[in-house]
Amino acid sequence: MMAMENLDPTPPVSGMHLLAEPSLAAKAAYDKRWQRIMDCVALKQSDRMPVALFTTFWLAKYGGISIRDNMYDYEKVADIMERACLEFEPDITTPVMENASIGNVLEATGFKQLQWPGHGVGDNQPYQYLDREYMMAHEYDDFLLDPTGFFLGKYLPRVAGAFEGLEPLASLSGNMYYGISFASILFCLPQVQEALGKLAMAGGAVANHMNKTGGLVQRLRCLGFPYGFGAFSGAPYDVVADYMRGAKGMMTDLYRHKEKLEEVFDKVRKLVIRQTIAMAKMNGNPLVFIPLHWAPDAFMSQKQFEKFWWPSFRQFMLDLIDADLIPVPMWEADCTKRLEVIKDIPAGKCIYWFERTDMVKAFEVLGDVVALRGNISASALTTGTPEDVDKEVRRLGDQVWNKGGSLILDAAFGIPDESSIENVRAMFSAARKYAG
Amino acid sequence: MDNDLTDEERQLVTWLADMNEDDALPLANRMLLEGKKNPMRVLELCRAAMDIVGKRFEEGEYFLPELVLAGEMLDTIGAVAKPLIKQGEGGEAVKLGKILIGTVHGDLHDIGKNIVSFMLDINGFEVRDIGIDVPVKTFIQEINDFKPDVVGLSGFLTLAFDSMKETIDAFEKEGIRNNFKVMIGGGQIDETVRVYTGADAFGVNAVEAVNLCKIWMEAA
Repeated sequence: MMAMENLDPTPPVSGMHLLAEPSLAAKAAYDKRWQRIMDCVALKQSDRMPVALFTTFWLAKYGGISIRDNMYDYEKVADIMERACLEFEPDITTPVMENASIGNVLEATGFKQLQWPGHGVGDNQPYQYLDREYMMAHEYDDFLLDPTGFFLGKYLPRVAGAFEGLEPLASLSGNMYYGISFASILFCLPQVQEALGKLAMAGGAVANHMNKTGGLVQRLRCLGFPYGFGAFSGAPYDVVADYMRGAKGMMTDLYRHKEKLEEVFDKVRKLVIRQTIAMAKMNGNPLVFIPLHWAPDAFMSQKQFEKFWWPSFRQFMLDLIDADLIPVPMWEADCTKRLEVIKDIPAGKCIYWFERTDMVKAFEVLGDVVALRGNISASALTTGTPEDVDKEVRRLGDQVWNKGGSLILDAAFGIPDESSIENVRAMFSAARKYAG
Repeated sequence: MDNDLTDEERQLVTWLADMNEDDALPLANRMLLEGKKNPMRVLELCRAAMDIVGKRFEEGEYFLPELVLAGEMLDTIGAVAKPLIKQGEGGEAVKLGKILIGTVHGDLHDIGKNIVSFMLDINGFEVRDIGIDVPVKTFIQEINDFKPDVVGLSGFLTLAFDSMKETIDAFEKEGIRNNFKVMIGGGQIDETVRVYTGADAFGVNAVEAVNLCKIWMEAA
């Protein structure tokens, strides 16, 4: 999801109102699917194990288009998405418009943190994140003092070209009384005007994208399928590590700047939570998808995890829960050693999606606290046979769902882009064969 | 080595191994620039400290942050020490074996690969790291030039499965596949992927990579 603050005031989902309302049958199908997910969250079982269709660029393979087309051609992607939903009948669908069809949005803003087809990687390669220091260690204090000033003056121009030129605006919060009137002169500066012009164009592209997204959400609703997530977000530690300090910078900061980190994570949490709640409310969907990058067992010691990583994320989830939202953290890689720690959250409020953590073990530890999601392996889906996939689904069906677990079946990290269509079919049909 | 150390030398090893960068770096600088200590000796002390770091990593006390910080401390001291080494002095220690490592084509990830390179290096292997997004052709050229005992293929994305398979298939076609062992590693790699790609082994972390290389070198 893209931030809408300060952008073109066009209503983001105006296209929705032009579309038909769902038929009674579609509404009933939608409600039933949605209820399966909500039952899982509430740690209850419904008529069958729900199955998610979550993809990045797999729809390109399914629909026979290039990944580049997947990134840019909303109409084609929407058609393919509809076809995939009608074939697989998932209980929850992928937020394809937000995670894999964002070429025009990235292009319009001159986004620099990713390479994508048409921008740095080949037409059939997925996008890749460019791990860099986007904020220097010595800038922590600037960020803490005035995050918006730091964003305008330093961070935004570093990560997105459309913001280049806004640097003089970083001083706005230093003005007072009628000095504020004089400060408007900043907006006469040619570099600021040029940037504002570019951003107005970019905002238009984003509004167009969000209209299309609204259209797709409603189109799927009319077919009876709940759409992806209400918001996309990040754990405070990960936001700093991934998007600001870079992997190496963050890891060394655990020693070099450890005294500042708690305050930084707290500040980031408060800023990100505000935006996350606003997005989810605007989209009318309580599910908040939070891919987690730095929690895995192998990345830091348990002591570091409990000191630096978990406290701000736990509070982040509690904030979401307080706002009647449902955190869906995706615990990447293997987080088995973290299970006892991450259990400390109110029961029946979250969906924990595990990538490589053994789901049976996760069920033992967390079964009475959170719903589970995942985790058919990427290797089975990409290099295995339908029989291999069937076997993995059966294991989870038998050992989690059929033992009372609230499991939403999904691939470990969503369907890998390279998965064969037969293997994906096997995942869905096995789910129905072994778990309702 | 421990018995031969002066108090100052022991202090440097301890501070480096304990991640006490604030004290270790000034001490190393003093030893090199003011004490006129033989730079080869300072680098030996660094090596001894890195042995301890490696052991702590293997034992589950240290994790990625410590390996990264240790690597940075080592680089900083090396940058001061290396220009002070007189020609012909010291000489390289005997290496356990030669390892060529790179991230396969289509994948730009390098953090895991860099950690593996670092761990292999501090464990006494001669490592040639040929970077990220490495075309098959480049792997073959580098192998023919370096003549490694082990080739490590790294990849984080699922597309790397096919790139690894293609790369290993190309080794077969070139008739060089039996000249070295192939290990693979990265976020999603497991036994299913190993079989698919035709690699000899896979590892889930840097310690496993080091152990694989040690076992292969002992058997050779």
